[in-house]
Amino acid sequence: MKDVPLKIDAEKCTGCGVCIKACPFGALSLEPREKFDLPESRFKRIVVVNDACTGCGACVPTCKFDALEVIEVERVGGSRVEDYRGVWVFAEQRDGEIQDVVYELLSKGRELADKLGQELAAVLLGSGIKESAAALFAWGADKVYVVDAPGLKEYNTDTYTDVFAHLVEKYRPEIVIAGATSIGRAFIPRVAVRVKTGLTADCTGLEIDDEKKILLQTRPAFGGNIMATITCPDHRPQMATVRHKVLKKVTPDPSRSGQIVEEKMEVGDVRTRVVEVLHEMQNQVNLAEADIIVSGGRGLGKPENFKIIEELARELGGAVGASRAAVDAGWIPAYHQVGQTGKTVCPKLYIACGISGAIQHLAGMSSSDTIVAINKDPDAPIFSVADYAIVGDLFEVVPAITKMLRE
Amino acid sequence: MHIVVCIKQVPNTTDVRINPETNTLVRDGVESIINPFDENAIEAALQLKDEHGAKVTVISMGPPQAESALRDALALGCDEVRLVSDRAFAGSDTWATSYALAQAIKSLGGADLILCGKQAIDGDTAQVGPGIAEFLGLPVVTYIRKLELLDDGARVRVERVFEDGYEVIESEMPVVLTVLKEMNIPRLPSLKGRMRAKRAEIPVLSAEAIGAEEEKVGLKGSPTRVVRIFSPPKKTGGMRIDGTSPLDAARLLVEKLKEQRVI
Repeated sequence: MKDVPLKIDAEKCTGCGVCIKACPFGALSLEPREKFDLPESRFKRIVVVNDACTGCGACVPTCKFDALEVIEVERVGGSRVEDYRGVWVFAEQRDGEIQDVVYELLSKGRELADKLGQELAAVLLGSGIKESAAALFAWGADKVYVVDAPGLKEYNTDTYTDVFAHLVEKYRPEIVIAGATSIGRAFIPRVAVRVKTGLTADCTGLEIDDEKKILLQTRPAFGGNIMATITCPDHRPQMATVRHKVLKKVTPDPSRSGQIVEEKMEVGDVRTRVVEVLHEMQNQVNLAEADIIVSGGRGLGKPENFKIIEELARELGGAVGASRAAVDAGWIPAYHQVGQTGKTVCPKLYIACGISGAIQHLAGMSSSDTIVAINKDPDAPIFSVADYAIVGDLFEVVPAITKMLRE
Repeated sequence: MHIVVCIKQVPNTTDVRINPETNTLVRDGVESIINPFDENAIEAALQLKDEHGAKVTVISMGPPQAESALRDALALGCDEVRLVSDRAFAGSDTWATSYALAQAIKSLGGADLILCGKQAIDGDTAQVGPGIAEFLGLPVVTYIRKLELLDDGARVRVERVFEDGYEVIESEMPVVLTVLKEMNIPRLPSLKGRMRAKRAEIPVLSAEAIGAEEEKVGLKGSPTRVVRIFSPPKKTGGMRIDGTSPLDAARLLVEKLKEQRVI
């Protein structure tokens, strides 16, 4: 059983199978003992582990017979951890405009840097963006690394990876955090592979371990059914991405100042070229950015009924979302879809109308600040995450809310 | 043209339920499926094959039971499949997984086009596609919803979706692309395809077969480790509005939301 990080004590295992249900990865199963060369036992079966095992240890406490043990596996090729210092935030800009998620990351980054007693730096890449750098100090940055080059005018995975990986190798930050945006999620994984370190996607919690002073990165898995805390103990930097609106912003302090470090770099050739950019959803929905979302599901019955959802959304100044059922039925275009195969949203207010609350949907919206659910089924799973659960007919309740707001 | 599609077998989360008493995942009876976005990647490859002619090889890294996902891929009309499986891969994080898949692609003699789904629905990291590209030294375009070949397959033109729109991007080949659900509607397997898949031998690529260095795979090769797994805190203190008239329910809700300064 080489390299599988879980050891099963054949003498202690009774083959009861309780641990199997605890495994989030489906790595455990029961097999007849006679299949293996094992000492005699009064039990017929034994638990076996396959290579889906991650060594997370979720099964260990479920075994009443102490038969399970996670084996420490030595990692090879780690970094010289002590050479790395400082917390970095990728200061993503689009058309020269710093993205809102950057302020959230700087707010959290400040907290992490203070806890470590290190400095917080922002990394700004682009063309003609130097002026934007100073504004980052107010949000907590002690330093801003700027690479201003014509070749960085547009986002390109090749150039961003080259420049960012170069900076990481030169300045050796201990922690790097970036927004889990379409840009951050595209080039940050490449940077992590290039500098040979770990990366944790879509973290919802970032903390410094009091004792080991390493970054504890907590993220949902399996559509939010399970939370996992992940570390990167021996490699540096420790890298994580975080979605917009997950972290809270501090109040900026305009009196703060800091140091701008301008880095001159040759930006190399690119293998992919942007031919055209289209902002097609400007007048419609940008669900990920919306503060209020009103969503409709199967309970609407037919496409025309989305009108009552739209009316409420308009009254609230919010966006229209939909469940997968509504999208799959062809009632509304796919870019409205909230959930695992759609968008993950985190608005201040989410109103779910006629949505039963399949796990995939909950995965996409359960971290919203306030959730209202309207459903005629009193047992609908959506109610388990709702702050306000209205049991009733959405065709009566939703227009009533719209009317109430108008008054 | 050789197209390699990387797929992952995942639990069908439609079937996954939470035990409300223990707040843990109930996996009993949960079937394993091809990750939905990977089905779109397969379909994209098959459409290119139908139009331009291509060899489509589907690879998957996973335990022996992931074989069934590859059988499904064969049933859809893919030409060849390989299961990248070895106990030495256990505990691989996205770094080590990207490395192993990149090695597997190299061992197949490379590819002109590598397609992956946007992300897997169990892990949701979206890191393996870009990771494979980095290990292979190839360009990558993520989140694409449209794909066409240019210059007789020397280059591709794709539409890459971002937060409020899309970009049209041209790339040289070989290239790694990660695809969205909007890309296409996956076909269903034919009866003939299913028969063929049923009989097929699924070749397995071990760590040795792909020339993987031992210290770069599995837990040893994974910079990250999972230190704790727990159930998310349950929401409590929700307010139930039941048995009132729709008007009263609406009034109460609006009052509460205003009180809490939500609106």
